Amino acid sequence: MKLVINGEQVSLDDGLTIDGMLHARGNDPAVVVVERNGDIVPAAAFADTPLADGDSIEIVHFVGGG
Amino acid sequence: MNDPFVLGGVTLRSRLFIGTGKYGSDSQIPAVAEASGAEVITVAMRRVDKGGEGIVSHIPKTMRLLPNTSGARTAEEAVRLARLARAAGCGDWIKIEVISDARHLLPDGYETARATEILAREGFTVLPYINPDLYVARACLDAGAAAVMPLGAPIGTNRGLRTKEMIAILLEELDAPVIVDAGIGKPSEACEAMEMGAAACLVNTAIASAADPVRMAAAFRAAVEAGRNAWLAGPGAVRSVAEGAEASSPLTGFLR
Repeated sequence: MKLVINGEQVSLDDGLTIDGMLHARGNDPAVVVVERNGDIVPAAAFADTPLADGDSIEIVHFVGGG
Repeated sequence: MNDPFVLGGVTLRSRLFIGTGKYGSDSQIPAVAEASGAEVITVAMRRVDKGGEGIVSHIPKTMRLLPNTSGARTAEEAVRLARLARAAGCGDWIKIEVISDARHLLPDGYETARATEILAREGFTVLPYINPDLYVARACLDAGAAAVMPLGAPIGTNRGLRTKEMIAILLEELDAPVIVDAGIGKPSEACEAMEMGAAACLVNTAIASAADPVRMAAAFRAAVEAGRNAWLAGPGAVRSVAEGAEASSPLTGFLR
């Protein structure tokens, strides 16, 4: 499936969950927030939320700022 | 001296807020935080790089996070960032920052007040970063802001309390806490803001850009405490040049 993650076009295996995608990218699910097609996905639902073709995903976290 | 600062229902002992941006190394942050005595620390929210490390692991667990909405150019973008920040599970405090002027980084008061209204209704403790404009400040407070955060000078400039007169007017007119944010470059400037009656100061660049950030954090801690104490103490009257001097020592009993 093809989707957009943080503004980049990517191809991922069908059936991958958000949790699986984060692990594959090397992102710690405990410290990120995920938005799927404009809706925030609760962290507790990462493992049960499959990604779908055409999804637009944002993965964000806290960085240094003032 | 018991002088707690209650903000958004939380009692704070420190009136110095610090940031986490621009440090030479994020590993300096724990020592800076310790030296500052601060309990509130700002963070920003950005896209994760692949395998990228965030800032939270460098922040002492006892500190209260104040995420900002930097990067937002409209109220809607700020609201989106605030919701994402709250979903991170670090509380519901949010510093609204809506900026579309990329050169001077001045906040957009209209969009800031709009975002404040939406987020206050959603239960956030909203701290809007504003120009020290009385009407914008009132609009934000009417919309439910817990305090206002006027700038002393443009962000990251270390130019000091350039807006002193306007901040003095906010302090005179508003019943809500005024937290001076942005532009403060030296401890004396934070001290002055506190002497004027500011409730707190937020200092990032001045500490992070110092040659020794830990020592500078300690200096700001002392300055904010000194300024607050001076405000509480109530400074004595100022005599004009025309009034001449007034001896502190007795004018009798001279040995002559």
